[in-house]
Amino acid sequence: MPERSPKLPLSWILVAMLPLTIILPAFNLVNSYLQQVFMYVGINIILTASLNLINGYMGEFSVGHAAFMAIGAYVSAILTVWVFPKAYGPFVFPLVLVAGGIAAALAGLLVAVPSFRTRGDYLAIVTLAFNMIVKSALENIDAVGGPRGLLGIEKLTSMAWVYVWVVISIYCIRNVVYSNYGRGVLSIREDEIAAELVTVDTRQCKVVAFVIAAFFAGVAGGLFAHLLQFINPRSFALFPKSTEILAMVYLGGVGSIGGSILGATIFTVMLEVLRPLGVWRWVAIPLALVLLMIFRPTGIMGLREWRFLVPETEAIPEASGPAQRGAGGTPGLKEADSHGNPAD
Amino acid sequence: MATLQIEGLTHYFGGLRAVYDFNLELQLGELVGVIGPNGAGKTTIFNLVTGVYVPTEGKIVFDGVSLRGMPSHRITSLGVVRTFQTIHLFRDLTVLDNVRIAHYSQCGYGVTGGVMRTPKFRSEERRIVDQSMSLLGIMNLSRYAGSQAKALPYGEQRRLEIARALACRPKILLLDEPAAGMNPGEVVRLMELIQWIRQEFSLTILLIEHQMRVVMGICERIKVLDFGETIAHGSPADIQRDPRVLQAYLGGSLQKGGDGR
Amino acid sequence: MSEFIQQVVNGLQLGSVYTLISLGYTMVYGILRLINFAHGDIFMVGSYAGFFVTSFLLGRVLLPVAVTFVLGMLLTMCLTALLAVSIERVAYRPLRNAPRMSAVITALGIGIFLENFTLATLGPEPRRMPVLIPSTSIRIGGATVSTVQVAIILVSLLLMLLLDAFVTRTMTGIAMRAVSFDRNVALLLGVPTNRIISVTFAIGSAIAGAGGILYGQAYPIIDPYMGIRIGWWSFIAAVVGGIGNIRGAMVGSFILGFLEIFTPVVLPSSTYRDFVAFSLLLLFLVFRPTGILGQPVMKKV
Repeated sequence: MPERSPKLPLSWILVAMLPLTIILPAFNLVNSYLQQVFMYVGINIILTASLNLINGYMGEFSVGHAAFMAIGAYVSAILTVWVFPKAYGPFVFPLVLVAGGIAAALAGLLVAVPSFRTRGDYLAIVTLAFNMIVKSALENIDAVGGPRGLLGIEKLTSMAWVYVWVVISIYCIRNVVYSNYGRGVLSIREDEIAAELVTVDTRQCKVVAFVIAAFFAGVAGGLFAHLLQFINPRSFALFPKSTEILAMVYLGGVGSIGGSILGATIFTVMLEVLRPLGVWRWVAIPLALVLLMIFRPTGIMGLREWRFLVPETEAIPEASGPAQRGAGGTPGLKEADSHGNPAD
Repeated sequence: MATLQIEGLTHYFGGLRAVYDFNLELQLGELVGVIGPNGAGKTTIFNLVTGVYVPTEGKIVFDGVSLRGMPSHRITSLGVVRTFQTIHLFRDLTVLDNVRIAHYSQCGYGVTGGVMRTPKFRSEERRIVDQSMSLLGIMNLSRYAGSQAKALPYGEQRRLEIARALACRPKILLLDEPAAGMNPGEVVRLMELIQWIRQEFSLTILLIEHQMRVVMGICERIKVLDFGETIAHGSPADIQRDPRVLQAYLGGSLQKGGDGR
Repeated sequence: MSEFIQQVVNGLQLGSVYTLISLGYTMVYGILRLINFAHGDIFMVGSYAGFFVTSFLLGRVLLPVAVTFVLGMLLTMCLTALLAVSIERVAYRPLRNAPRMSAVITALGIGIFLENFTLATLGPEPRRMPVLIPSTSIRIGGATVSTVQVAIILVSLLLMLLLDAFVTRTMTGIAMRAVSFDRNVALLLGVPTNRIISVTFAIGSAIAGAGGILYGQAYPIIDPYMGIRIGWWSFIAAVVGGIGNIRGAMVGSFILGFLEIFTPVVLPSSTYRDFVAFSLLLLFLVFRPTGILGQPVMKKV
């Protein structure tokens, strides 16, 4: 595999973009509608990349991702609306988001447990049931507004915050993927029993995947709550929220972080562009999704990844010829040519 | 003393008795074969030892530790590693990744280390890559390191399976029909390879095989199974003369070089 | 006591309706290992079909009520079956050998499409299903039971028995079971798998169509989103009973029907119904994923 030679270190580009996200809205160089779209795109990128960890890399079928988003949204909203004084809002915002993420991560731990024994369709139903239970539980808790939900949330989400969290989440997810635990997650997708038999602790990997995915979904939920400024249980139901996230994952490409970014962006923008269609939007979109599944089931990026996302530690060292051990090399292999054909 | 002690191993699948009263004492460095007609329960024994199933009855002790009920990944990290009858490689992953994954339990950093890319992470990753490349080199697979496992020719896939198994740092290696699908030339080289890795990696090997040439050629001791029961055990010479064994194979001749089927 | 009998009959009625729909889920899962998330919406379209068919018959063609009822049922069942077979042909068959995720996502997509297409073309205003069964009261043991309830229970029972006999006694039924065991082997043995799969979809959805009319007699309001609730409940019933198993679907459906009727008795707030139903589902999935009548699957290594 050829060595990557980026012209400019990626981290420099990312840091340079940050001031833009502060300046553009501050001086109204971009209208507020576009700002909103940008923020929704960012939130959806976080949601899609996190779900991709479970559905794409681990090959599981988690259908109720919005449940984790809901938990993060409600926890963070409760903290800013009732716990912290309004003036502290902008300062505690990152803390509040992390708190929401941690609460969601605990839920992720809960959902990981059934995944130890069930797979495929059954796990889909478990996660679906979990989504419904969370929604239904929230509807029954009058303290957080019941079915009417929570109102009057401060608009603390900004382009800059969304940008920062997108970068953080992509960085973390990518690092996990290209690490020992990421490889373990991949092996579960490929062949779970064989993975166990080559020392992979599949339970541990499942917990890692679910917890990390849930954490970032929770953060996205917090960003969502402080953008929309009100949340209710219906916002996080199986339809449309969870289904949207699923659509973005499969649109962009299962098992590709670049795919998640693309899928989220294209889907969110399309949703906005098609707004004039009204209810026909939701006739056209599922139809497009079905067509996508039939003609390109692996999504736009398939399993490929953008080069700049793959870390250096993945570079394959130059093979220096078969390692010679003792005279004549490894017995049984000295006469084998590249096709393993006998020389006799 | 790395011994594997199996006592009274019995296993039922529902009403079907797959293994009955299997006993084995494997001493350090031995190369023991397990043979028998298809369906005799040989692979089931491997599955029981490596924790894929929990035995209905019986004891399995390795290095003084009971393996019964232990999750497979722990059994494997303790040093009891197996290969499969049908190839169970991670087909869509690269050859290098297949071997790297087997280092899972030896990894010296935690999830946080991986996320933060600590120095420990970098040094461990480098070590794992180096060790994996070294194993690939030994198996003459270096040039395939970046290729997908499913793209490899059959013989290479078999060798990759062995390389992956070796990456787990086994003390005992359970080989399940490693010669399956190989032509006579490849079989000869496989026999040499098995004996070589036994020496080089200080392994104890338990081997399931159908090809009699392999079994008679390299095994020191052999156990013969039929319908889950042990019907004979002993040296290759003993087994070849045993009437019960000949009976089980339907009167086939078991001369060295013949096919036991 | 009479109150109790009343609730029991309600439970039986609800359970019957759920059965008619959960059978479709379970049959399709059995034969394709596909959770047809669109099934609840097929039921909804079936109800609309029933609405238009019976409205037409009652308005234009004057026949005795009983004949209208039967004719209406048959026509609706045919239309629903047609819809389902078309969906299978167009959307599911191309994905027969694709990864399962793709098929399930497609099913979800079709379901959403059906809901919103109906909404977009027919509008959100609910329609009222014409009455086909004259509603009179019967007294049983002090409780007041309506003829509608009795009719629902009896007709459902009839359909269940017919289906059971079909699957166990006819060649097609046996072929269906063969295909659900091992599709490739069935193909090698000369079973026309594509046709059998279409038949399975047709039967499962026809029964759901019948369920649509019957449901409309007890709860006459139909709207584009009715398939969601009923669909999910029937789905849970199928899973609880053992998905892929026809008798399991029946068992699960009645359990869920009774659960839905009796939960408000124990927990006064009706919003807890969802919670209880899904928690039950979750418990089953964790402790007995194959359901009540399902068989644990052994994996071969």
